[in-house]
Amino acid sequence: MKLLNYTTRYFAIILFVLLSIWAVIFYYAMLDEIYDSMDDGLENQKMLVIRRAVENISIEEKNDFGDGYYTLKKIKSEHANNIKDHYRDTLMYMHNEEDFEPVRLLESVFKHNNEYYKIKVITSMVEEDDLIEDLLYSLLWLYLGLIISIIFLNNIVLNKIWNPFYKLITELKNFNIEKDENIKVQQTSIEEFNLLNKQIQVLLQKSRDSFIGQKQFIENASHELQTPLAISINKLELYIENYDLSESELVQIAQVLNNLERLTRFNKSLLLLSKIENRQFLYVQEVSIISIIQEVVEDFSDFAAHKQMECIITSEENIVFKMNRDLAVILFTNLIKNAIVYGENGSLINIEIEKQEIRISNLSTQEALKKEKLFTRFYKISSKNSNGLGLAISKAIADEYDLELEYYFDERHIFKVVFPKP
Amino acid sequence: MKILIIEDEQEMRENMQNSLEREDFVVETADGYHDALSKIGVYEYDCILLDISLPDGNGLEILKELKNKEISDNVIIVSAKDSLDDKIKGLDLGADDYLPKPFHIAELHARINAVLRRKKFDGYNILNIANVSINFDKHLVFIDNNEISFNRKEFDILLYLVTNKDRLVNKSALAEHVWGDYIDQSDDFEFIYSQIKNLRKKLNTYKADIEIKAVYGIGYKLISL
Repeated sequence: MKLLNYTTRYFAIILFVLLSIWAVIFYYAMLDEIYDSMDDGLENQKMLVIRRAVENISIEEKNDFGDGYYTLKKIKSEHANNIKDHYRDTLMYMHNEEDFEPVRLLESVFKHNNEYYKIKVITSMVEEDDLIEDLLYSLLWLYLGLIISIIFLNNIVLNKIWNPFYKLITELKNFNIEKDENIKVQQTSIEEFNLLNKQIQVLLQKSRDSFIGQKQFIENASHELQTPLAISINKLELYIENYDLSESELVQIAQVLNNLERLTRFNKSLLLLSKIENRQFLYVQEVSIISIIQEVVEDFSDFAAHKQMECIITSEENIVFKMNRDLAVILFTNLIKNAIVYGENGSLINIEIEKQEIRISNLSTQEALKKEKLFTRFYKISSKNSNGLGLAISKAIADEYDLELEYYFDERHIFKVVFPKP
Repeated sequence: MKILIIEDEQEMRENMQNSLEREDFVVETADGYHDALSKIGVYEYDCILLDISLPDGNGLEILKELKNKEISDNVIIVSAKDSLDDKIKGLDLGADDYLPKPFHIAELHARINAVLRRKKFDGYNILNIANVSINFDKHLVFIDNNEISFNRKEFDILLYLVTNKDRLVNKSALAEHVWGDYIDQSDDFEFIYSQIKNLRKKLNTYKADIEIKAVYGIGYKLISL
């Protein structure tokens, strides 16, 4: 829920409760005032009636309201003592409304010429249900009016106030730690937002520094490993030459050498990966993708032939793309090499080149691979002497040039490279 | 043939020195920038192996110095950095080759020989071994003075093994040299075997007095009979 709606919702709830309480208090206060003024009116009428009655020589009894607004009745003195001015609500049939309507009634007793008279004065009263209804409607309109005003004001004011915040969020959304740009923040006079902007910039700078530091660290560590590896490999090679060793001794040393070479290849891959990520392949040129693929296929033809495999290239048209040539070679080398290494012996590898798309597919007994993990570092499909970096390197190269690199399974294992439209 | 090794890592230096001395090179060493500069000023070398990351100075400066003095020593840069920048800078400054660490000793020999051949030293352009004669320039092989045709890969393998005659050549070194750096790890290099088989067959058919021996688990060795 947006902050804007959130505050509006709270306002709506609070206003509802406040207005309800206020309405009840207001209703009773108003009613009280109305009764008060009505009762005053009745009192006044009573006095007028009594005065007129007294002015006449004899008091004319009036037993029902009829066309008037009072009754006058003689009562016995013993009843009179305990009657004082008494106001009450009652119902009376109204001809205009053809219904019983509430009226206010004042009952009183007065003494004239030693006779006691009971007087009743009425006045038509406010209809409470109508009052409540009217009040309710007014309140409802007031409530709606307030809510609409709040939403309207919120939209204008809050939007304006929170603008730097939303700007910051958009910038953060587009932030990529691997790209070298800092985020742009909007200057604002609000201190909190300025503080937020500043802190986020500091945080991002720190993260980027440590990210770069880490990348640099991998590169440096890989460099440092090269010399000890070189020394170890060369020492063993010299050892084999210098001493007349038995076959079993040779096998042992061969195994050590193999592992050192594996380590070397791993180290080279790691170095290559961090070099790609550190953007050290700056030189770009127009590269003919088809000729690179042909070159790679040729390089691997002996290896493929050894597995009785063959790479079939079908192309509709050539793709020419501006990128670093070495990286293009590495990208397709990894994909084609994988196809041969993991492909079924004696099967065909299809390389289809179409407009902006290249598909490299092979047959294998292996089931569909896990797409999510395939391109991550150190993910190994099998232990076939792989260091789990080949596809991560291909992915890094693809990302560098905004190429799409995808894998899917459709009876064959297919790797697809899609070049961006020129 | 006189070779100067400029390398700060003692063991690295010793390895290279040992293996080159077996090939009857005269080897001198320098363990740093200043040592190297003083040696270059005094002697001439046929080939210099230069590690460019030296503790007391940048190896590229040595290249500049050589260029300034117009000394035409052949320089092979040996570097742990395998950096494209250094490679381009080095080659621009007149280096002949760039060999990233770690490397196989066989590869070091092959590179040195290639550099020396390019300089057309006598005896380096045409190599005779037993009754086999190889013309590097023209990519020709003669057995008993008859020209025998080899395809490119067979020739490359033969050349590599001949350059490292009597030495055990690691099969991954051979694979990387002939098939390129990226061939690595492909199924334990078994595919090399079929090429070696073809090569042996030809050598046999034409009665060459050299033999390619397989050394179990490690690689191959070319010997003259």
